[in-house]
Amino acid sequence: MGIATFKGGIHPPDRKELSANAPIIDAKVPKVLIIPLSQHIGAPCKPVVAIGEEVKKGQVIGEPTAFVSSPVHASVSGKVIAIGEFPNAMGRMVNSVVIENDFKEEWTALRDNPDYLGLSAEELREKVKSAGIVGMGGAAFPTSVKLSPPKEKPIDAVLINGAECEPYLTADYRLMLERPKEVIEGLKVLMKVLGVQKGYIGIEDNKPEAITRMQEAAKGEANISVITCEVKYPQGAEKMLIKAVLGREVPPRALPMDVGVVVQNVGTALAIYEAARYGKPLIERVVTVTGEGIRQPGNLMVRLGSKVGDLIEDCGGFKNSVGKVISGGPMMGFALSSLDIAVTKGTSGILVMTEEILAHSGEFGPCMRCGRCIDICPMGLMPSMLSVLSEKGHYEDAKEYNLFDCFECGSCAFVCPSKRPIVQLVRLAKSMVKP
Amino acid sequence: MEATKKEQLIVSVSPHVRSDETTSRIMWTVSIALMPAFLAGIWFFGLRGLFITTLCIFSCLASEQLYMKWVGRKSVVSDGSAALTGLLLGMNMPASLWSFSPFTVHIPVIASFVAIVITKQLFGGLGFNVFNPALIGRAFALISWPKAMTIWNEPAAAFLALDAKTTATPLGILKEEGAAKLIEVFGDKMNLYMHLLTGNRAGSIGETSAIAILIGGLFLLYKRYITWHIPVSFLATSAVIAWIFGGKGALFAGDPVLHLMSGGMMLGAWFMATDYVTAPSIRNGQILFGIGCGFLTMIIRLKGGYPEGVMFAILIMNCFAPLIDRGFRAKVFGGLKQEKAKESK
Repeated sequence: MGIATFKGGIHPPDRKELSANAPIIDAKVPKVLIIPLSQHIGAPCKPVVAIGEEVKKGQVIGEPTAFVSSPVHASVSGKVIAIGEFPNAMGRMVNSVVIENDFKEEWTALRDNPDYLGLSAEELREKVKSAGIVGMGGAAFPTSVKLSPPKEKPIDAVLINGAECEPYLTADYRLMLERPKEVIEGLKVLMKVLGVQKGYIGIEDNKPEAITRMQEAAKGEANISVITCEVKYPQGAEKMLIKAVLGREVPPRALPMDVGVVVQNVGTALAIYEAARYGKPLIERVVTVTGEGIRQPGNLMVRLGSKVGDLIEDCGGFKNSVGKVISGGPMMGFALSSLDIAVTKGTSGILVMTEEILAHSGEFGPCMRCGRCIDICPMGLMPSMLSVLSEKGHYEDAKEYNLFDCFECGSCAFVCPSKRPIVQLVRLAKSMVKP
Repeated sequence: MEATKKEQLIVSVSPHVRSDETTSRIMWTVSIALMPAFLAGIWFFGLRGLFITTLCIFSCLASEQLYMKWVGRKSVVSDGSAALTGLLLGMNMPASLWSFSPFTVHIPVIASFVAIVITKQLFGGLGFNVFNPALIGRAFALISWPKAMTIWNEPAAAFLALDAKTTATPLGILKEEGAAKLIEVFGDKMNLYMHLLTGNRAGSIGETSAIAILIGGLFLLYKRYITWHIPVSFLATSAVIAWIFGGKGALFAGDPVLHLMSGGMMLGAWFMATDYVTAPSIRNGQILFGIGCGFLTMIIRLKGGYPEGVMFAILIMNCFAPLIDRGFRAKVFGGLKQEKAKESK
């Protein structure tokens, strides 16, 4: 059998060796946490606590105001000391609740229910929803919405995304090594909620140990299979992974559910298990803190709302001359302007890039139509045309070249010999016209 | 983490890593790939070949530098594209141009100016030119000085021989006197093939050695700087047409090997038609582009007034490159297979 893959894609240096062998350790819980009320795609939450109020760990502090939204919980026990606008990783101002930690670690009531698989699909879905679980691979789409497909779109497969194709990041890898059973249990909950018979876990074949661990954990589960995927960026993009593992192509602008698939990231599967069994809300996640500019790269279990600067200090601080601090991976992550940004549900990594290895893209050349970007675009677009049209201000024409099918994976900008800021130009064009 | 440190963080849009490929590295690598053919040219045509090519490179660099200075823009000479144009242009010129009586040394200089300033810069610079600059330079020279541009030195294989005898190119003989005469001139068919393969025949400085060009072309293929689409479709189309229609009197009596290895076919297919800027960038479109080049080349060779047609064929197809890209488009993921995906469900 050929190895599962898709057409196009690139091979950036993966640099995972920096943190791949570092077991997940608990990050130091900081004194003050800034918890944004919008950590997901969709409507922001409205705060349900007041300044001065004592909160417990796991208590709801923000309630969803729409269907596509997700509640936010306190990640420590303590006192609300402020509610106000703070910048997020993208630089937008987001209403946030600031909590002063009392270090008592007092939980709201959690109850272990070992027979969680005996619950009804409806009950399980409700647990996932009230736990505030969103996609933890980076996009942060509310999981409960994915678990509520409309009747006319039957789902027949659940896919766990263990590709972790972004260079440097190892958070999902460590989870697969350290907690494979729980990931499988999370998958089983998902299958139960959706009434699906087939579960898959797609892992890139540069993680042989993770593949072995997951295979061992899935032993005896006849309807769960671990699929080895080719190492290629962006293998972990939903549409690419579905193509590789199931051979189905999600049509342009459509969702995975349109081809009968729901995809969830490894970290999300774990959170789903914890929510189903213990009712534990999503208040912490694994964050890979790595890069050439960090003294001791590692994988930390971090309370949501911790500041990026806290994590960097936890990992020994900066070394060498720091150029960029990135939230996420080097291909799709956001360069941060400040170290006071809070870790949120979608923060998969903090990457510190040194001045030396940074690709400065201040100057770029003209497109000479070499076609490299067209060859590698996983969506089958013509990034060269998009970038030229956007550069010249022909935003409407860019739509004809499927502007809105681009999910900004950055492969085109990676290969471009003229160093053109293609993703930036695509985003500009997207912001100038309506889909 | 002192305050100054925080202020120094660089913020830019993703991706934050880039491949180490650059435009100038591509240009210099293509130039290196041309070296076997260039050295073969010097071997067969001596110092004259070296002088003409050097003159073209120098003139191209000077034209670009002076033009950019004149319009007050930053010099782009270091991207290597002007040097490559000069090298290609020189390799497409007859060595006989290095002559002071009659004086023809100005021809490469003017052709270089036309290539760089008129064909490339006036259209917007690298990436925006419609036509292959080196080929326009050569076409301009051929049309302006038809006599000087068609005086062919006999390959002397003597480096210092500056008083080479002139002769006709194999394609010239084929056009004027037929295939039988051509074989007679070279002794036998095998001998003719060997001369064409090694480059020991009259022609432009860098176009004669099929084997040397092939080495350079395969190097580019191996480095993935070009793909097979254009050269293979170009050469295959030419070979098929040469075989079917190339014979005298009967169909299927032509000699494809002769046609492939003579004239500018090899240099054109591997190095001129594959120019990024002036060829389609969609791979399937490149096949159509190559077929068009091969078809037009053979029409001109077999039916046209010129013995050789590679140059005009590529230039004509250059016009169609944007149209071909528009017509083919890239296949959007999930676009065509939409129906199938539903079925498999």
